[in-house]
Amino acid sequence: MSKSTAASNGQNLWAKIPKANAELFALTYGALVTEVMRDADGNAHEVNEQLEKIGYSIGIRSVDEFLAKSNAPYCKSLEDTAQVVGKTAFRMFLGINCDVQQHSPTNFSLILQENPLSLFVELPENYKETLQYTILYCGVIRGAMEMLNYKVECSLVKSTLRGDDVDEIKVDLKQVLQDGAGDDYKEE
Amino acid sequence: PHMSNQVLLFLIVGKNEPLYEAEIHKRGSTGNSDAVARQSYFVLHSSLDLVEKSAWVTQNMYLKVVDKVNQQYVSTFLTAGNIKFVLLHPGRNEESIKNFFYDVHELYVKLSMNPFYHYDTPITSKEFDKRVKAVARRYLS
Repeated sequence: MSKSTAASNGQNLWAKIPKANAELFALTYGALVTEVMRDADGNAHEVNEQLEKIGYSIGIRSVDEFLAKSNAPYCKSLEDTAQVVGKTAFRMFLGINCDVQQHSPTNFSLILQENPLSLFVELPENYKETLQYTILYCGVIRGAMEMLNYKVECSLVKSTLRGDDVDEIKVDLKQVLQDGAGDDYKEE
Repeated sequence: PHMSNQVLLFLIVGKNEPLYEAEIHKRGSTGNSDAVARQSYFVLHSSLDLVEKSAWVTQNMYLKVVDKVNQQYVSTFLTAGNIKFVLLHPGRNEESIKNFFYDVHELYVKLSMNPFYHYDTPITSKEFDKRVKAVARRYLS
């Protein structure tokens, strides 16, 4: 899919989709993170894991909504998919403009200049290096891609909450899964 | 001879304890001795009862001067959540102090939106401290 149509598609979808208040969105996520922290007794690695799992749940569902609403054309390669994820999907769901950097045929990064989830957030000193506050995005991408038969590993490599100037999500393709029912459904 | 106080003391006081404090030095001042600093804290804390009284008299958050000791005044600002901003200062300059309080209040509201900051707890954010001091330099020094 050409870069410009992915972006304009995203813009049109964002215009049509029902919106939520940005502050309410950020504060709700903040409350969620606080609860997860309480459950995990402040263990940052456990919190990261939980948030990623929550993101995964969101991703596997959002992808259906996205495909239904966006009418995005068939992607012939990971490069196309990267453009659709970064320019169309992120624009449609979050209203933000992402930069897509293709590092290799199996590896790309999304650069976020603004991050709606981290509005008002300042990480306490003892969590600055360990808590990946917006790791939710990584889970969402991982879940959505899995529904499209791409098994990926996603990580937050740059974060404005840690002092970087942008947020960067790196997506690494590990395996292209075969279509068909999972092992549970295999005949004995 | 009484040393004219060139240092302002700003405190944010919660229900039970001070949550934040900052010393604001007027340009050219050399700072306070320990004894004067202790006296300043005493003056501020003893005026807290008067703050409660003033709060019932007006609907405004800015309560102006609530107490006067020696040559110093205590001005207060009460947030919607009943957190008290108190400032010990020489001389009356209502406009600057009111502006100072309102700007600090904005910073305080932003801080309270941080999911990691809990209401009525000590404020440890370095960003907050930096910004409050910048506001102080702008209006009070």
